[in-house]
Amino acid sequence: MTDSPARTDTGANSGAISDFGIDTTSQSAGEAIRDYVARVRGGELGSLPALLGLGVLVLVFTMLSDNFLTLNNTANLIAQGAGKMIIAMGLVFVLLLGEIDLSAGTLSGVCASVMAMHYVRGGNLLGGMGSTVFYVFIIGMVLAAALALVMRIWAGAVLSLVAVLMAALGVPANAWLEMVLAVCVGAAIGCITGFMVAKVGVPSFVVTLALFITWQGVILQFIGEGGVFGIRNSQVLFNVANGNLSVLGSWILCVVAAGGYAAVVLGEHFTRLRKGLVTQPTLIALFKVLAVAAIAGLSTWALTVNRSPNPDLVTIQGVPYVVPIILGLLVIGTYVLNRTRYGRHIYAVGGNAEAARRAGIDVSKIRASVFVVSACAAAIGAIVYSSKAGSVDPQAGGLNTLLFAVGAAVIGGTSLFGGRGKVAHAVIGGLVLAAVENGLGLLRQPAAVVNIVTGLVLLLAATVDALSRRRAAVTTR
Amino acid sequence: MTEPLLELVGINKSFGPVHVLHDVDFTVRAGEVTALVGDNGAGKSTLVKCVAGIYPTESGEIRFRGEPVTIHSPKDAADLGIEVVYQDLALADNLDVVQNMFLGRERGSRWLMDESSMERAARETLASLAVRTVKSVRTPVAALSGGQRQTVAIAKAVLWESKVVLLDEPTAALGVAQTRQVLDLVRRLAENGLGVVLISHNMADVFEVADRISTLYLGRLVADLPAKETTHSQVVELITAGRSGDLGLARPEQVTL
Repeated sequence: MTDSPARTDTGANSGAISDFGIDTTSQSAGEAIRDYVARVRGGELGSLPALLGLGVLVLVFTMLSDNFLTLNNTANLIAQGAGKMIIAMGLVFVLLLGEIDLSAGTLSGVCASVMAMHYVRGGNLLGGMGSTVFYVFIIGMVLAAALALVMRIWAGAVLSLVAVLMAALGVPANAWLEMVLAVCVGAAIGCITGFMVAKVGVPSFVVTLALFITWQGVILQFIGEGGVFGIRNSQVLFNVANGNLSVLGSWILCVVAAGGYAAVVLGEHFTRLRKGLVTQPTLIALFKVLAVAAIAGLSTWALTVNRSPNPDLVTIQGVPYVVPIILGLLVIGTYVLNRTRYGRHIYAVGGNAEAARRAGIDVSKIRASVFVVSACAAAIGAIVYSSKAGSVDPQAGGLNTLLFAVGAAVIGGTSLFGGRGKVAHAVIGGLVLAAVENGLGLLRQPAAVVNIVTGLVLLLAATVDALSRRRAAVTTR
Repeated sequence: MTEPLLELVGINKSFGPVHVLHDVDFTVRAGEVTALVGDNGAGKSTLVKCVAGIYPTESGEIRFRGEPVTIHSPKDAADLGIEVVYQDLALADNLDVVQNMFLGRERGSRWLMDESSMERAARETLASLAVRTVKSVRTPVAALSGGQRQTVAIAKAVLWESKVVLLDEPTAALGVAQTRQVLDLVRRLAENGLGVVLISHNMADVFEVADRISTLYLGRLVADLPAKETTHSQVVELITAGRSGDLGLARPEQVTL
């Protein structure tokens, strides 16, 4: 560890060094750890409480139930929580601005029902919806595209128009096309939400509360009272959340994920070190890489063991498909937030919207766009949970889907006050909630207990967020 | 006396029925600190915001290096090299020093920002201003003290090879040591050849660093005087009454409203 003095120290006026700190670029591992402890004490908890909570939950459930920490249940738990986790990943973008998207749950249900209807009706949405509803649907999508154009969110406009085209042309039933359709419908809905919040200026709480109820009605309209769209027969749609990679595929995923992480982290670390920029200690970078590689290797090994309850009859092995889906979205989301200008601007608007405006950032465009991102993620989440259930009913995306998604993001460490949060928080928080739901289910607790516990966990997380924020405010001034 | 860098001629601005700026003439010269003083509500901040492109002016001309220019947005002002450091600093607490300094003007492509180049430039700028108060340029702004934030805000303004820097009450919320530091920084900006406008209520600060003192009184620029030939009490009278002896507004009987 070289403590290379920074360039600023060589300037004139060196008498001031004693009064003020010295600009340093590197620190030793010990210093870094002390720094981290100081930050945690200062109220920057990040996902630490969630990780601790997850550890406690796993411990408790393992002691209470023999089935909790079995390979089969663990894989199942991941697939169960995946849909809501993905919705939560999109919600992180909205929460970063200090906004809320209460409609994400039922919005995902709309996407799921359109997707399932397309499959069940063999691509004939007109027949599935009835002509009036179909034309209203088309007009709605066109309107969304127009609003996106007004806001200059080109991706939103393109996706909305793709949805219009797919619906109007009546593309034949195809699982891949249906998934694309679901995401496009989601994007279109997000454009409408974003326009209402950012351009019209209605508080997001009110807009999305109204839309929450609206989309619930739309789902009911699409599916019909008591109706169900079964998608179990579509191999592709069903496999999204129920299929597994082959053993070879699992190991390839492991190598790509761990190797990619190592390449990015170490590559950046040594580039920065060479250029004399601020870096974390090499020891810590190496530790992170090795930890990730170890976790990836161990879990891949565990998941490639045959985990079937009747090993002689059926073989279930391999990493579930949802794992690469979640990892992929995690990488994309993290890259967008950390490396692109758009992500930087999201943090800036969430931290200080006025500062962002003065810096020339189009604040209302950013504000609108996060609802499009959230809606697209919700649509992907809808694909996953519909696949897990094997069918879409009028309750899709309703009940506590939204509570779980917001809860996952907040429990993971994303602040409800805006400005602080990562996509990874949604994954960690999602695991916590999935463990609660799954564990209590194994203990044969009724839904009442599951809901009460989940609600209290969310309340606890929000309290931790508020308290750590207050602590941060006290310690920095 | 050097050529004027930025000149405002006959600027008028109203908010509805309230006429905030009356035919204001104001000049900023390179290498000089021009203090803009006036009581609360005299129109100082409005004048700054007109120059910064936040408010449109109703009439009057803005000249930059003698050329008439139009400033419709903060971006226009930034393109000319006019930077404003606002009273509330306009820093995002959750971003670090480098991220704040480059906010809205990140280097690198849209899809991959050039962090190394930004970090290096930020350090060089801080070094050129002999700023050494910040422990690491990757410290989040939330962890900085008031003086350090002010320093970052000023460094942010200078980063852009700016020609004119307007500082709105930079020392208002600072302690003694921090004020000292910021005033040194203001002086250094002028020595580096920038045109500096300092808005302040603190006469001690104004007399310490300013070369010229311009006084606004109820939206009119009543006097533009060299600091060396002006006394403390003259400035206070100009601020409170709009005139001091022969300086400032004419006697009431001669004023046509």
